[in-house]
Amino acid sequence: MTDQTSNAGAVRPKPAAPAEKTGLFGLRGKDASLLVFVALLTLLAPFILNPFPTGSAMAQFNAGYPDLMQRFVIFGIFAIGFNILFGLTGYLSFGHAAFLGVGSYAGIWSMKLLTLNVIPSIVVSVIVAGLFSLIVGWISLRRSGIYFSILTLAFAMMSYALAYSVLTPITGGETGLQLQYFDPRILDGELAAGTTPRANLFGLEMGTSYELRFGSWLFTFNAGYYIAAACMLAAFYLAIRIFRSPFGMMLRAVKSNQQRLNYTGISPKPYTLAAFVISGMYAGLAGGLLVAMDTQVGAERMFWTASGEVVLMTILGGAGTLIGPVLGAGFIKYMENIVSTINKSTLEGWFAFMPDGLADFFVTIVYPFVGKGWHLTLGLLFMAVVIFLPGGLVQGGQKIATVLRRDRKGSGLEPGAAAKRKQAED
Amino acid sequence: MGILEVKNVGKRFGGLKALSDVNLSVKEGSVHAIIGPNGAGKSTLLNCLVGKLIPDTGSVSFEGQSVLGRKPHEINQMGISRVFQTPEIFGDLTVMENMMIPCLAKRDGAFSISAYGAMMDDREIVERAEHMLEDMRMIDKRHMHAASMSRGDKRRLEIAMCLAQEPRLLLLDEPTAGMARADTNNTIDLLKEIKSTRPITICIIEHDMHVVFSLAERITVLAQGTPLVEDTPDRIKGHPKVREAYLGESSGH
Ligand SMILES: Nc1ncnc2c1ncn2[C@@H]1O[C@H](COP(=O)(O)OP(=O)(O)OP(=O)(O)O)[C@@H](O)[C@H]1O
Ligand SMILES: [Mg+2]
Repeated sequence: MTDQTSNAGAVRPKPAAPAEKTGLFGLRGKDASLLVFVALLTLLAPFILNPFPTGSAMAQFNAGYPDLMQRFVIFGIFAIGFNILFGLTGYLSFGHAAFLGVGSYAGIWSMKLLTLNVIPSIVVSVIVAGLFSLIVGWISLRRSGIYFSILTLAFAMMSYALAYSVLTPITGGETGLQLQYFDPRILDGELAAGTTPRANLFGLEMGTSYELRFGSWLFTFNAGYYIAAACMLAAFYLAIRIFRSPFGMMLRAVKSNQQRLNYTGISPKPYTLAAFVISGMYAGLAGGLLVAMDTQVGAERMFWTASGEVVLMTILGGAGTLIGPVLGAGFIKYMENIVSTINKSTLEGWFAFMPDGLADFFVTIVYPFVGKGWHLTLGLLFMAVVIFLPGGLVQGGQKIATVLRRDRKGSGLEPGAAAKRKQAED
Repeated sequence: MGILEVKNVGKRFGGLKALSDVNLSVKEGSVHAIIGPNGAGKSTLLNCLVGKLIPDTGSVSFEGQSVLGRKPHEINQMGISRVFQTPEIFGDLTVMENMMIPCLAKRDGAFSISAYGAMMDDREIVERAEHMLEDMRMIDKRHMHAASMSRGDKRRLEIAMCLAQEPRLLLLDEPTAGMARADTNNTIDLLKEIKSTRPITICIIEHDMHVVFSLAERITVLAQGTPLVEDTPDRIKGHPKVREAYLGESSGH
C-alpha cells in the first residue's frame, strides 16, 4: 500500500521503547533524574548562588541571601502553576497575580486570626485562591483566545481596584496588612505588648538562619527558604505527575485540537477549568509563602504587571516544558534584584582600568541597561528569546546540548528532529 | 426503522435555505452515501447530525433517541463518530497519544480527572491503542508527531481514532477530497475492510463517484437542500433526474 510506504524513507521507524521501570515516587527515568536534579539545586542553592567571596568586586552578583532565594522558589511555584494552564492548554491568563494576592491576603488573615504557624496559613491561602479561581475560571473560560485573556485581566484589575478601595476593611487598602501583637490569634497565646509577631513552623521562625563561614565565603542557610523550597519541590513533583497523567494529555489535546476532542466524546470545558483552578491554587500557594516570609501584603501584588511577569517567566523559560518556568522565574528575579542594584559608581569601578574618556563612554552606554533600566535589558532579552528561541531557555539549552553531542559523535544526525522530540517529551 | 432517522429537517442561514424538508433513513449495517453538487447542503446536514448545528425544524434520532439539543461530545458518546473533510487530529501529539485519547474517552467518558496515574503505565489503554495501530498498520509510526505525517496517513489515523471508540455509526465528510488516486484507493480499501470486519453503519458524503459506487449500498442525492431521490447505486446511475441535477452538471454535458 502506498501510504504505508510513502513515509518509510522520511522517518526511520524507531524500535519499540524498552519498557522503562517506574522508579522514584512513580516517575520514569528521565523525570526522576530531573526531580533529583532540581532537588539538589534547591538544596545546595546557598552554595551555588554565592560563588563569590564576600567583599570581592563580584560579590554583588551573589544571590545566595535568604530574601532572594525565597523569591526564587516562591515565584518558581507561581510559574510552575501558570505553566500547567498556559503551557498545557494554551489558555493565556493575564490575571494570575490576583490569585497570588488573594492567597496572600488569606494567609495573613490566618496568621492574624488563628495562629502564626505557617502551615494553616498556607493551607488557607491555597483553598481561598482555589475557590476564587473557580469563580474567575468559570466565567472567563466561556471565551477562548484573546477574549479569555482580556476577561482574566479584567478580573485581576477589578480585584486590585477593590483591594485598594472598597475592601479596605479586609485588605488594609493602600497601607496593606501587617501582623500586630494585638491581633486576636485564637490558637496562640497572647503576645507581649510591643513584640513583633513572626511567622513560624512549630516554633521555628522563618527568619532563622545558620551562617557558614568558609574562608572569605559566607553561606546562609535560612529556615524560611528551606520551607519554601520543600513546597516548590512538592509543587514540581505534582506538576510532573500532571504532565504525565491522562489528565495532562487531555490538556495538551485541548491545546492541539478542541474540535477533535469534542468529536471524540470529550468535553474540553471541565478540563480547562480544572487546569485553571489547579494553577490558581499554585498561585495561592506562592502567595501564602510570600506572606509567610515577610508577614505583610499590599494590593500592588495583584497589579497587572505582576500578572504579566509570570507570563514572561513562563515564556522566557519555555512554556510547556517542566523545568522552563522555574528557570524563567529564577532568571527574572535575579535580574530584578541583582542587575537593578548596579549603579553608576559600580560601573565606574568596572571601567576604571580604561582611560578616562573611554571609561566615561562605556559607563554612558551601559548605564541605561542596568540599575533602574533593568527592565530594558529584560525586554531586549525577552524579544531575543521569543524571536530566536521560541521554546525559551530550555530550547536554548537543548540546542547547545545537540551541538555538543554532534561534535562528540562527529556526525550530524538529524539534530532538529532530536530537539523537537526532546521538547515534546519535556 | 433505520439506525439513523432524519425527519423533515430544515436549516436556514439568514435568507438562505440550506436544508428544507430532508428525510433520510439509514439502515443499520449499511453503507449509505449522500451525494450532490457543491452547496447542496451535504455538510450542513452532517453538522446537524453531530450537534455542530441545530436544525430549525424537524427531528434527528439515533437508535430511537433524539440527538437534538445534545452537545457534540454527548452525541459522540451515544455512538456516532465523525471524520472531517480535512483530517482533524491532534497535530502536536504523537500518533500513539492520538490513538490513546479515544481509547480513554471510550473507557472513562467525557471527563475524568485521573491526574495520578502515569499515562504510559496504563496497560489497558496502551494495549488497546497499540492493537488499533497494528490493525491499521500504523504501528511503525507511533512515535511520529501526527502533524508531520502525509495527508493519507492523517486520514487513516483519524479513521482509526474514530474506530477505537467502537462507534455504531461512522460519518465521513468527503474523506478522499484532495487526495491522490493511490490514497483514494487506499481509503476505499480501508473502509471496505472496516465494513467487513465489524458491525458498523457508515454514512459517507462524497464527490468522487468512483468512491461512491465502490462502497455504497444506498445513495441519497441531495440538491438545493432537499433529497431528490434515494435508491441503489445501479438505479441512481441511470436516473434522469440525477443526471440532470448532478451527474449531468459534473460531466459538463
Ligand atoms: N455557517 C454557514 N453560514 C452561512 N451559510 C452557510 C454556512 N454553512 C453553509 N452555508 C451555506 O449553505 C449552503 C450549503 O452548504 P454545504 O457546506 O452544506 O454544502 P455542501 O453540499 O457540503 O457543498 P460542498 O460539496 O462544496 O462541500 C451553501 O450555500 C453554503 O454557502
Ligand atoms: Mg461540504
